[in-house]
Amino acid sequence: MLRLDNVTKVYKVGAFGGGSLTAVGGVSFDVRQGEVVSLIGESGSGKSTLGRMILGLTPATSGSITLDGVPVKPGKAYYRDVQGVFQDPFSTFNPVFKADRVFRMIKEAYFPGVPEAEWTGRVRSSLEDVRLNPDQILGKFPHQLSGGQLQRLLIARALLLDIKLLVADEITSMLDASTRIDVLNLLAELKARGLGVLYITHDLSLGTYLAERTVVLRSGAVVEMGLTEKVFSRPLHPYTRQLLAAVPRLREPWQDAEPVESCPYHDSGATGGLLEEEKDHFVACARLPECAGRP
Amino acid sequence: MSLRVSDLRVHYQTLKGEVKALDGVSFEVGDGEILGLAGESGCGKTTLGKSLIRMDGRMRHIGGEVELDGEVMPIGDDRPGMKQRMVMVISTLLDPSLLIADEVTSALDVSTQKAVARALAGFRDNGVVKSMIFITHDISLTYQIADTIMIMYAGKVAERAPAKVIVEAPRHPYTKLLIDSLPEVGVRHADRKLAGIPGGPPSLLDPPTGCRFRDRCPLAYDRCAEEPPAVEIEPNHVVACWKA
Repeated sequence: MLRLDNVTKVYKVGAFGGGSLTAVGGVSFDVRQGEVVSLIGESGSGKSTLGRMILGLTPATSGSITLDGVPVKPGKAYYRDVQGVFQDPFSTFNPVFKADRVFRMIKEAYFPGVPEAEWTGRVRSSLEDVRLNPDQILGKFPHQLSGGQLQRLLIARALLLDIKLLVADEITSMLDASTRIDVLNLLAELKARGLGVLYITHDLSLGTYLAERTVVLRSGAVVEMGLTEKVFSRPLHPYTRQLLAAVPRLREPWQDAEPVESCPYHDSGATGGLLEEEKDHFVACARLPECAGRP
Repeated sequence: MSLRVSDLRVHYQTLKGEVKALDGVSFEVGDGEILGLAGESGCGKTTLGKSLIRMDGRMRHIGGEVELDGEVMPIGDDRPGMKQRMVMVISTLLDPSLLIADEVTSALDVSTQKAVARALAGFRDNGVVKSMIFITHDISLTYQIADTIMIMYAGKVAERAPAKVIVEAPRHPYTKLLIDSLPEVGVRHADRKLAGIPGGPPSLLDPPTGCRFRDRCPLAYDRCAEEPPAVEIEPNHVVACWKA
């Protein structure tokens, strides 16, 4: 469905744009229908830049991003298929207007011909789909709703368009633990109904909860990717291992991360490309396959 | 005993009325102890941290007492002597007795977060600070460095116990549900579906009488209309629940 091929994003930096910064360098992966792919990376890994490129908010410098074989072209047609939800629901909404004005805007832009009564029915059923009670939501201002309610409202808005792919960039990071899981479970339900989700996060535990496949990004390059259970049960790249060792867990005190500096995997980036170590499990290493540090 | 807080009540003044952000909070932090203060947004954890340092203009001290190293501290909005001994940011240069770290690692990447959290624990281990209150919404993180964890809900203490007990054998229904709602690395939706806690915390403008968690609590019964006292059910394990 969504396919990224060798996608690169170079930003011009410096006073006169004399310097350049490669935010994303040669990233390739795909998201299939009814699948959650988690894109995991720390700050500066390029994960949000990738999300923005997929949403057509910023162009790729090179490489291609296609949806069902068609290159991304920001516009009405594309946004009927692909929508994004971001981290801060409070900054997404205009505080002056009632929160459900987002539905009105969708109607005006995409469904001007739909009769009012039918539209109201559709809005109510999409709210029910995201486990919101329409009577408690409609007519409220953003500050009268909780962060979890606002995020679900944005997902409901995306569902009205009957989208194929949702780009969810850190959508639960501002939510409390007890409501965060509801949003994750909701994504799982939507996935079961055929929605593809790119779940962008820095939090490995949230990523593994939902995703069939995991892509680990570091400094703009994929260091490891594959089936989630393979990546997490047998992490190959030292960076993935370091991340896993740093995640605070319940009932399990922090272990000292194994020293990774001496491993030839380290700092390899994507210079050597990705090697399929086992079925559906890829790792980047400059020196593969002759690398002596192979686990 | 390093810090003793008794029945602390701090309200916020808003146009709509008084928000009872801290409504009778009592606890102690011993010498060399790291107290992890956890809870969801609006539970009062940051207000508690601020009340021990310097209140902002909207905060009003309604009642209760704070004692540091045996000395009663005035609760007000300007206390130069106090500032020297309790610091909110990591300015251990002042040789504070108590360090309050409020969400200091929340915006950091996991690797940096681990380094900073360990550095904080190191301050205590090396005697740079005597004791610490580590405020965070992340229970997995506080479990890594805190000796004791205190869970707050709607301006009150729900449960306080050694970190291991809070995580492995919590007694307050809120603590249990909160711990159960945390996805951990390796937990997959397909294998084990986690559940959130239905509903939301009550408004602190006009908080309900009785247990504040009772509207969301699966164990709530008639008695919960009456406020549950904080009871030490075993040494160093305090729970405010009729069913605990």
